[in-house]
Amino acid sequence: MRILVIEDDAGAAAYVAKGLREAGHAVDHAADGTQGLFLAAAEPYDVLIVDRMLPGRDGLAVIEVLRATGNRTPALILSALGSVDDRVRGLRAGGDDYLTKPFAFAELLARVEALGRRAAPEPAATRLKVADLELDLLARTATRGGRPIALLPREFRLLEHLMRHAGQVVTRTMLLEKVWDYHFDPQTNVIDVHIARLRQKVDRDFPSPLIHTVRGAGYRLGP
Amino acid sequence: MPAFARTTWFRLALLFTVLQLAVVLLVLLGVYRLTAAHVDARMDQMLAAEIEALETVFRRAGLPGLAREVAERSEQGLDSMIYLLADPRGGRVVGNLSGWPAEVRPDGTVRTIELTDPTREGRRVPVAARAFGLPAGHRILVGIDRSERRELQARIEIALAWAVGLTLVAGLVVGGWFGRRALRQVDVINATTTRIVEGSLGERVPRSGAGDELDRLAENMNRMLDRIAHLMGGLRTVTDAVAHDLRTPLTRLRARLETALAAPDLTEGARRSLEESVQECDRLLGIFRALLGIAEAEAAAGGEAVAEVDLAALATDVAELYGPAAEEKGLALELRTGAGPVPVVGNPQLLAQALANLLDNAVKFTPAGGRVSVVADRTDDGRPRLAVADTGPGIPVGERERVLDRFVRLEPSRSTPGHGLGLSLVDAVARRHGARLSLEGATPGLRVVLLFPGGERRLRAGVGAEAAGR
Repeated sequence: MRILVIEDDAGAAAYVAKGLREAGHAVDHAADGTQGLFLAAAEPYDVLIVDRMLPGRDGLAVIEVLRATGNRTPALILSALGSVDDRVRGLRAGGDDYLTKPFAFAELLARVEALGRRAAPEPAATRLKVADLELDLLARTATRGGRPIALLPREFRLLEHLMRHAGQVVTRTMLLEKVWDYHFDPQTNVIDVHIARLRQKVDRDFPSPLIHTVRGAGYRLGP
Repeated sequence: MPAFARTTWFRLALLFTVLQLAVVLLVLLGVYRLTAAHVDARMDQMLAAEIEALETVFRRAGLPGLAREVAERSEQGLDSMIYLLADPRGGRVVGNLSGWPAEVRPDGTVRTIELTDPTREGRRVPVAARAFGLPAGHRILVGIDRSERRELQARIEIALAWAVGLTLVAGLVVGGWFGRRALRQVDVINATTTRIVEGSLGERVPRSGAGDELDRLAENMNRMLDRIAHLMGGLRTVTDAVAHDLRTPLTRLRARLETALAAPDLTEGARRSLEESVQECDRLLGIFRALLGIAEAEAAAGGEAVAEVDLAALATDVAELYGPAAEEKGLALELRTGAGPVPVVGNPQLLAQALANLLDNAVKFTPAGGRVSVVADRTDDGRPRLAVADTGPGIPVGERERVLDRFVRLEPSRSTPGHGLGLSLVDAVARRHGARLSLEGATPGLRVVLLFPGGERRLRAGVGAEAAGR
């Protein structure tokens, strides 16, 4: 993917760029809002990573201008401000995701890849299929190898999210945000227990597990 | 009792009215006494003069002369005078009185009697009368009608009634008016302070411009609030500085550690200590996040995220999130919601986080086999209520206040993970929503209750945070 990082802190920018390049992405860097806006408008990027507080032009303003001109490139906002209000403001300005500094690189990478995937217009699928696991989104049923799996509504949504991002790393925070719509970190890791439940139902009776734990990052669903 | 009647103004007005009434009564009583004494004296004089005149006639012209004089005076004299010349048996000889009143004896003393006076349409009138015996057994009675004095008394009574009535009405009206006016101003001040306590720190008390004591009070309150806003602004700057200046280097530190972890030639020991360092970083960052979250909740920011939140749905969701974790620990998690939604106005994320913190604690501290219950309902008087109860060790009564303070962890819990900020956040969120947080003993265990204000209430936040110089 081609990614633009708009970040004034050189150290943070270098760290992000280096990590993204190692993950196989092409990265451009802009050190202020004006340059960032210019680049983002001129070049076709898959994802923008925008720091909220920038010299010259505020990160939210950059996104607002882009959106006003019809540019729909997915944007991830980075901010040292973690309040609910700031998040709401960021998303209202046209940001697609919001990550509070400091973050683990794995978290950033997972979110950037999820956003990049979203850019490709997804057909309005009514069935999701990964290996022999199938999800019928209309009937809300799951089968693996033809055998039905009984899922609770929340488990279904959890599995659906994992399957929509099959092959990608999905972090615990992402799951909490996307499946439960909670934007805080619970002290104990409640998500792990939910995943363990899901694993029991999806993987236990089958030789090859589909839900994998990615160390230090989160989970990945795939063969 | 209407509200204005309980104001100091009204009470003062009432007190002054009573005092004024007392003065009016005293003055009128004094006037009455003086006037009555004067009238009495004049009547006594008139009576004495009349008797003297008749005595002179009697001495000069004897009984026949006296009879003539009496007849003449009865016909043409003053209306108020009463004469009767009687024979020794008491029969009328001449005069304007029909018969001798039994209670008057001819001994020269003054006697006040009630007479039915034919010349005054048969009214009974008070009369001061003196009677004298004449030689040959005749008697004469001279009297003066004192009903004038009674009329005076009646007039004074009417004046008194008017004075009392007018004073009372004036006192009550003026007192009520001042009371209402003061109450309006005080109500404005109270409403403003309530909003400020709820978090709209940018609110100021409107001035009436009258320059009176309430206006000066409002001015001083505003100055005090400006000072508080200034101090809070300073505090917020410090928090922001902590957030920025400490979190940024910590982020870099964490990034370096992650980069170091990515190196392929690490020994197992080095890897483990790097991983532990990353975890330590995360723990520190978690504490910062929690502290800033509390600061945020307390400073009443988050206005844009305010919405109507159904506590029943919220409880269902959060309980569902913790369900597997509770089951894993061998706890029964029980959810009780009343019939229908329990709406409050607030920040859904903060409320969910508060409930999550409570459930987190409950699951953490309740030993296996216990029970955790979440309740979202309304109290009997209709106030929304959110409660989490467990069958854990509970919190001793004396410690319940203290656990709301930041970083406080009770001795037995030191071994469990956590940073002692969970309940502080719940407390901050509760205060932010005008809810009362109480920690109660269950038998056994702990019951934490959030009692929200009832009625139609709109959360006015954000505006205040902006105005406070954010």
